[in-house]
Amino acid sequence: MSTLVTRPLDAVLAASSEAVIAKKILVLGATSGIAEATCRIWAAQGAQLFLVARNAEKLAAVAADLKLRGASYVGTAVADLDDTDKHAELLTHAVNSLTGMDIAYLAHGILGDQARGEQEFEHAAQIIYTNFLAPVSLLTWLANYCVQRHAGVLAVLSSVAGERGRKSNYIYASSKAGLTAFLSGLRNRVDREGVTVITIKPGPVKTSMTAGMKGAEKFADVNKVAATIVKAIDKRVDTLYVPAIFLPIMFIVRHIPERIFKKFNL
Amino acid sequence: MAMSQSAVEPQPAKAAHAAFESWGRYPKYNANIVPLNWQGDFPGVLAGLHNGALPVGLGRSYGDVCLLKDGNLLQTTGMDRLLDFDPETGILTAEAGVSLAKILDFAVPRGFFLPVTPGTKYVTLGGAIACDIHGKNHEAAGSFGNHVPSFELVRSDGSRRLCSPTQNSDWYAATIGGMGLTGVITWAQLKLRPIVSRKIDYEGIQFHGIDEFLDLKQRYQNVEYTVSWVDCASTGRNFARGIFMLGEHSKAPGELKPSPEPKLVFPFDLPGFALNHTTVSLFNSVFFHKQMKAHVKTVQDYEPFFYPLDAVLHWNRMYGSRGLVQFQYAIPWQHAKEGTIAILREIAKSGLASFLAVLKAFGEIPSLGMMSFPQAGIMLALDFPIKPDLTFPLLKRLGDMTLEFGGRLYSAKDAAMTPAQFQAFYPQWQQFAQYRDPRLNSSFWERVTGGGSTL
Repeated sequence: MSTLVTRPLDAVLAASSEAVIAKKILVLGATSGIAEATCRIWAAQGAQLFLVARNAEKLAAVAADLKLRGASYVGTAVADLDDTDKHAELLTHAVNSLTGMDIAYLAHGILGDQARGEQEFEHAAQIIYTNFLAPVSLLTWLANYCVQRHAGVLAVLSSVAGERGRKSNYIYASSKAGLTAFLSGLRNRVDREGVTVITIKPGPVKTSMTAGMKGAEKFADVNKVAATIVKAIDKRVDTLYVPAIFLPIMFIVRHIPERIFKKFNL
Repeated sequence: MAMSQSAVEPQPAKAAHAAFESWGRYPKYNANIVPLNWQGDFPGVLAGLHNGALPVGLGRSYGDVCLLKDGNLLQTTGMDRLLDFDPETGILTAEAGVSLAKILDFAVPRGFFLPVTPGTKYVTLGGAIACDIHGKNHEAAGSFGNHVPSFELVRSDGSRRLCSPTQNSDWYAATIGGMGLTGVITWAQLKLRPIVSRKIDYEGIQFHGIDEFLDLKQRYQNVEYTVSWVDCASTGRNFARGIFMLGEHSKAPGELKPSPEPKLVFPFDLPGFALNHTTVSLFNSVFFHKQMKAHVKTVQDYEPFFYPLDAVLHWNRMYGSRGLVQFQYAIPWQHAKEGTIAILREIAKSGLASFLAVLKAFGEIPSLGMMSFPQAGIMLALDFPIKPDLTFPLLKRLGDMTLEFGGRLYSAKDAAMTPAQFQAFYPQWQQFAQYRDPRLNSSFWERVTGGGSTL
């Protein structure tokens, strides 16, 4: 019973300060299905948001919606995040607009076309550039910004696909595997500096990215996934499998011996 | 009745039989679902698609007005962003795929409500315009389109039109009640009305016969919301007995919380024999006597008042996988009373009567749509289970009677109108056909225009 004495007070203070101070959140890839659903929850909490996306029309619709849903500030920038040369300028502008940053949410990525990538190296390289190298560039700047302040959360969408390459999507999978490994190392470096790195590994989610895929109607509901992500970020977890069933599923997938796995049609 | 607990978001019926079903689950057609997630997606998504297309929302219309056999259904529910709200005028601008449920979640905590609402909140803004839906306040407010100051219409040739009563007014009129055939509505404005409480001041009054119904309608003509439930199964002394239900938004300020998610889901299809004359008559008697006193007054939340059936998701499974058909007419005052009595007699005689039949007076405010259903007079709506040899001949007779009495049937509730009936109910249909987008079509339109109409 005595353990009850200290924890609740901390929790109450943390909860009340969170409720009063609007979170400052930078969202990269804000028009992605998962990012938009997550932002709707943050907007309802009165968060301050800075949104970055490639398509100006889509970004304008998303920004208007989040403002109406209660975001206390919504700034936007149209940018192609493959353009790593412009990252420093973009991130400087975003953090200045938000007058600081509590959370960076990296949600941009492409599924790509596996079959095309098997034939054209250019396409395979594109998938890996967008899903891996561009986030590395962004996270390098963001981690250094957070480390000097000894504060901040870097929440990054990787994927369960990165746990093991399969013939149907190994180019996408390897880009996410690289990202997951990078995040793990980054966490190891900056956690002791007070910076949180969260690796989010969604299973298949019903969004425009997965529309038309086989079995898409059975994929996870994007709003439930988003609610889980918001909670995980509040709790500062290291790694999140969402839906949770993918934690045991991926444990098994990782442990199937390669001599058997190579025979599968996955 | 077994109910399972689940907090799932209401979705169009799942793919047990067809990828997309209308609420009546009849007819069932295969179609290719193409999501529209952004205002710029149409007409680009049509590239490479064969056959026609039809924009659809949540599939709450009953017959084939939201179906296109072997075609492409452009599902707009991903286009659900709120774009602007002016709390001074109450005008909300939103993408057309947002549901009225989500609009309520936004509006109610801010002290606003839908200007007109149908009996379910799980319809999209675009669908509400395309069917020019009506509600219990038709006499006071007209139909849905009367509260839509403007919208954008995108055609398959890529042209975009801002439509309002003063701009592109012909396209505005063709699209309101235009069954999704004139193009894709990307966004629309809706003028919300202020409220100070979630509560409804409710009164329920028993009546026996159409004369008593008309007396009550006369006596309470200043009450905003009126609707009646009528027993279509009983004959003799109990013929056309019912409950006249009245409601007004409470004037006493109260809590303005958003509604919780519905928890009950009708878990499986009931077998076809479960609904028969005995069970339906029993249900109707229980419902009639549930209100023990001849006259009750109470204060209730708006959810049970406006959306009693939304509390059970997929209640249409009660009719089994064969589905149900709706029948809904509006007969002008000149023949409203004799027409209603004659049609109720015919229904009672058939023994096919359903649960809740809804009886209501439509008011004088003209609808703005070229093909809108409401007109001043009496409106009756009811469900029939599908018994192939009985239901469709009955519907044919009822449709002919409606025509005889100068009335018309509601396209959004129809699965049985003949081309001759439709063209007599809506003699302006050929004028409307000029506004149809050449790439868009529906199984309803193919059926009632005699197929192959490519104006």
